[in-house]
Amino acid sequence: MKLELRGITKRFGALAANDNVSLVAEAGQIHCLLGENGAGKSTLMNVLYGLYQADSGQILLDDKPVKFSGPGDAMAAGIGMVHQHFMLIPVFTVAENVVLGHEPVKFGGVLDIAAARKKVREISDRFGFDVDPDAIVGELPVGVQQRVEIIKALITDAKVLVFDEPTAVLTPQETDELMAIMRQLRDSGRAIVFITHKLREVKEVADKITVMRLGKVVGEAKPSDTAEAMASMMVGRAVDLEVRKTPAKPGAAGLEVSGLNVWNHEGQQVLNDVSFQIHAGEILVIAGVQGNGQTELTEAILGTQTKHHGSIKLSGHELLGKTVKQVLDAGVGFVPEDRTEDGLVADFTIAENLMLDRSDRAPFAKRGVLQLDFLAKFAAEKVAQYDVRAQGIQAKASQLSGGNQQKVVLARELSRELKLLVASQPTRGLDVGSIEFVHEQIVAARDSGIPVLIVATELDEATQLGDRIAVMYQGKIMGIVPPDTDRTVLGKMMAGLSA
Amino acid sequence: MISKFLRGNIALSVLAVLVSFVVGGILIALSDPTVQSSASYFTARPTDLLSAIWNAVFGAYDALFRGSVFNYQAATTTGMFKPITETLAFATPITMAGLGLAVAFRSGLFNIGGTGQIIFGAIFAGWVGINLDLPWILHFPLAVLAGVFGGALFGSIVGLLKATTGANEVIVTIMFNYIAALLLSYFLKTPFLQAPHNINPISKPILASAKYPAFLGPNFRLHAGVFAMLAAVALVWWLLNRSTLGFQFRALGHNPSAARVAGINIGLNYVLVMAVSGALAGLAGTSQILGTEGSLTTGVAASFGFDAITVALLGRNNPFGVLAAGILFGGLRAGAVTMQASQGVPIDIVFIVQSMIVLFIAAPPLVRSIFRIRAKVEAA
Amino acid sequence: MKLSNKTPIILAVVAFLAVLIAAFAPSGTTEIKFQAEGDLLPLPNIDVSVMAVTWFAAILMLLLAAYSWFRRLVQKRSSIAWLSPVFGVLFVLSVLTTLYAGKTMTLTALLQGSLSLAVPLIFGSLAGVLSERVGVVNIAIEGQLLAGAFCSALVASLTHSIWLGLITAGIAGALVALVLAVFAIRYVVDQIIVGVVLNVLVMGITNFLFSTLMGGNLALFNSPPRFDTMPVPLLSQIPVLGPVLFVQTPIVYLMYLAVGVVWFVLFKTRWGLRVRAVGEYPKAADTVGIKVYRTRYMSLMIGGSLAGIGGAFFTLGQVGAFGKEMTNGAGYIALAALIFGRWNPLYAALAALLFGFSENLQFGLAIIGSHVPSEFLLMLPYALTVIAVAGLVGKVTGPAASGKAYIKS
Repeated sequence: MKLELRGITKRFGALAANDNVSLVAEAGQIHCLLGENGAGKSTLMNVLYGLYQADSGQILLDDKPVKFSGPGDAMAAGIGMVHQHFMLIPVFTVAENVVLGHEPVKFGGVLDIAAARKKVREISDRFGFDVDPDAIVGELPVGVQQRVEIIKALITDAKVLVFDEPTAVLTPQETDELMAIMRQLRDSGRAIVFITHKLREVKEVADKITVMRLGKVVGEAKPSDTAEAMASMMVGRAVDLEVRKTPAKPGAAGLEVSGLNVWNHEGQQVLNDVSFQIHAGEILVIAGVQGNGQTELTEAILGTQTKHHGSIKLSGHELLGKTVKQVLDAGVGFVPEDRTEDGLVADFTIAENLMLDRSDRAPFAKRGVLQLDFLAKFAAEKVAQYDVRAQGIQAKASQLSGGNQQKVVLARELSRELKLLVASQPTRGLDVGSIEFVHEQIVAARDSGIPVLIVATELDEATQLGDRIAVMYQGKIMGIVPPDTDRTVLGKMMAGLSA
Repeated sequence: MISKFLRGNIALSVLAVLVSFVVGGILIALSDPTVQSSASYFTARPTDLLSAIWNAVFGAYDALFRGSVFNYQAATTTGMFKPITETLAFATPITMAGLGLAVAFRSGLFNIGGTGQIIFGAIFAGWVGINLDLPWILHFPLAVLAGVFGGALFGSIVGLLKATTGANEVIVTIMFNYIAALLLSYFLKTPFLQAPHNINPISKPILASAKYPAFLGPNFRLHAGVFAMLAAVALVWWLLNRSTLGFQFRALGHNPSAARVAGINIGLNYVLVMAVSGALAGLAGTSQILGTEGSLTTGVAASFGFDAITVALLGRNNPFGVLAAGILFGGLRAGAVTMQASQGVPIDIVFIVQSMIVLFIAAPPLVRSIFRIRAKVEAA
Repeated sequence: MKLSNKTPIILAVVAFLAVLIAAFAPSGTTEIKFQAEGDLLPLPNIDVSVMAVTWFAAILMLLLAAYSWFRRLVQKRSSIAWLSPVFGVLFVLSVLTTLYAGKTMTLTALLQGSLSLAVPLIFGSLAGVLSERVGVVNIAIEGQLLAGAFCSALVASLTHSIWLGLITAGIAGALVALVLAVFAIRYVVDQIIVGVVLNVLVMGITNFLFSTLMGGNLALFNSPPRFDTMPVPLLSQIPVLGPVLFVQTPIVYLMYLAVGVVWFVLFKTRWGLRVRAVGEYPKAADTVGIKVYRTRYMSLMIGGSLAGIGGAFFTLGQVGAFGKEMTNGAGYIALAALIFGRWNPLYAALAALLFGFSENLQFGLAIIGSHVPSEFLLMLPYALTVIAVAGLVGKVTGPAASGKAYIKS
């Protein structure tokens, strides 16, 4: 089936998330939709899937205009979607998840769970998925959950399949397997729309490429184009994909993690005998697929993990077992993975967010009384220094763009006397300009002579930012290697094979 | 979720109150016997019905006014001004407890337990007020402190449960309200609090040395608790806006995980928030037992637990807003008594009006649609 | 699966308490009376030795506690579901025998009274299950019960039709649920606030109308007919349980049916799967074409109508007239039962029965002049619920999206 979007415009208030976007995806083709975070790719696909109503424009299937008032209509018309955030119900079984919305029933609306199981097995066998229909989805590994999501899209026999940023949670190997599945689906005559911002994947699998920027289609690209050419199309200016930094001048060992074991609330071991050192003036990147213990490692350093064994020493002082406050006071700067969830209070002003960590001490407070005059001065200074674009220090954090929010977090964390900087996926979801700014700040922190720990899930970022790379898999460090290590080797380590 | 109540504006609040009074008026008219009888011959003499409705509604609201603000029919000057003091007497515990809930709501804790905390405050204050024999200068502050402590203690158990086990505070506080009421009922049947030789569940009277001074004289129920209320309003404002503790409370309320990552001790703050919240409810308990009531009965908390929730919401969790809302609802309570006595309108009309006000306040689009005010397009 | 020490610890503590009871129990016998009026096969009363019963219970409980430790430590498996209820029954048996030492315990009457008190609780907890399972917290059960009680009395009085009264009760409960739904879903008002306020609003309206409307002419407005008991042939002849369960009014039979149907619909049908999906992850349900709002409205209103019928039990099933605030907090106990019953209709019904039993026990004990203060028996539902939500007995988690508004973007 051929899918055509014609002149789609979708506004949110004053912002046009999609501005007159057109696109044609042919049957038997993989059509890549390439663009930065915030370029409007997901909005476009939500319009296609009936989740949003376009303000103007048309959707055509096999040249016939269609109108979707909800996802049900889109599915009935043959459109399937593999969502970036899985639309799966964790407490349901695979079979229940797959048939939800299209349940086979016996008389009187009684669920025919046997028929559901059979359907799952059929599709699972046809594509070699090996998924147990009776498994509880929440207990499955992420890669398998994604297959459930794909089976779910195929159950309605979708002729147009949309994959929304599907590789973010996968290892390089799993990504390769997903590419193979996409090709297989293409060859079965379906139209595939593949949304991504990763150039490597585009070059590998795309038959056709449409590039979006700031809500508009800026052109088409060919898989044979260079990555630099595609990147500059995406960003709108020539981009330097390299992180600019001088070779590291490692000093004495700053952070020493040894024999660290951590168990989560469910009692599962999430870190297994983790040991490494970071020298002063050095960036160590923890690479690996999301969910392999990186978050727990940074949380163990910060002091929010409670069940642990081992040692984390900063300049010889033990951090493990200390409270968050004590850890921060010991000179740890912490940039959390999810800045809106953990980094900022959205309803607080920029100024309030800047004193979130020090509201109980001078110069921000004296004997429990806030010193608002000092705060105003301090905030104005930081906003200027970090070039936070906002209406003023009384602007709420929720009104800022992702890049400016991250600048506020960095301004707060870097304004303490630091002995260690920990940053978890510090560029996630940011535009290229902000990414460059964040990278500069991280390198500057390193050059000030402190150890820096970065968690990165994208290999490109890991290899460019890191002075050394530690690969994590299922709570273990698979090895620590130099940044110029071959990608396939890194990929194997990320999949749990020793280097 | 609570922040939803912080938005909106005063005009909407006023409109919500207005609509609720109109609905209340409709109910009053419908239930009026004269209105009912004149409706039966409406086609013959329509003016009868209209005047009956006017008399019923105007009569009721006039009584409400006379009972809560100014009684122009009173024979003496004292009688004229007594209603406003009655309003303030009701407003005192409502506002105090409302302030407590506002602190909890601002800190992201849904404290439904005003009733239980008022009861605990009253039990503690009552015990001290009955059983200690001290001069006023010592006895009174001690009794008030005991009440504040009782409320804080009962509140902080909830905070402690949430901090250590993650127990949902809504459920726990609802259950604690009943537990507190049953405990009080038990104490009032046993020598711990029951007046000797009395078969009713009532305590001995509070000693005069433990009471809030009745600064207007014995003819008025209003007592010095009203000044404690005003002080509490100022104190809560200062706490929330100018102190480190309040800042941390608010950070907790808006985003507990960010607060935790910034080094704020979440568990400790849950306990502190609930202690402060419970302390204010306990203060409301002291205003009842050491002020207006005089001895402890099972009805000590009245409907103040619910009133406190409504004033916190109507006042948008702002201390001065809570004060204004507290006086409004205090007035409703005071006026309802006169309304019932002189017009035969059941006191329950107050609950109806009060609930409607909160529902309308909570759903601004509803009020806008009633008044056909076009919603302001919010910039994304 | 997480292995918790909590259950074995609690079981061990309770077993130890049972041993203490056995050790300090008075000697003598308790007479248990099974007979009820109209029994075809009269059973003799039996005398049991207090010592024997308490020690029997204590030893059995010790063995069960040991078994749960064996499972936990040796087999490394989590506790079994039936262990805690069995434990509870044994403990209650032990306590009861001790309290009734030297007295006569009329078991059938005790159970009948418990069931009567539990009927509205069960209906109410079903309303809670149906609304929380679809993602809306229902604090307004109390209001739904009260609305049902009032409207059924009013309509049954006016029409002299008890069944019309019952149907009106269902409609009234559904209407209260509709208001909750409109505010929670359409206006995205916090569900807890709406619930709390609705309870007071319904209380205010029914009190107001009771004083003005009903007070004017009690004979016309507030003298509804009452359901007669309809013994079920055969089943009512079962010893002990027959008279308790099957000599009841039609509302009670409706309750049995409702518990079974709600359970079956929730867990075995397409609609139930969709309800649970909406309550767990509304967006996921939306993306497969399930109408989230419609499902929420429907489930809430069906639940509301059940609560309304439960409210009618007060007027048409028991008292025969409406009284001010006659539900007296039953809605909140129903809420407790639903949480204690882990959002499952069957368990919630069992929890409601337990709560009904503890509430009823005060009357039984008052008759024999026991000194156990009724307040502590009445406190049981609330205390148990606090213990449950504090996670002291197993893990209690409700539907993931319960209490959260779903905003379609």
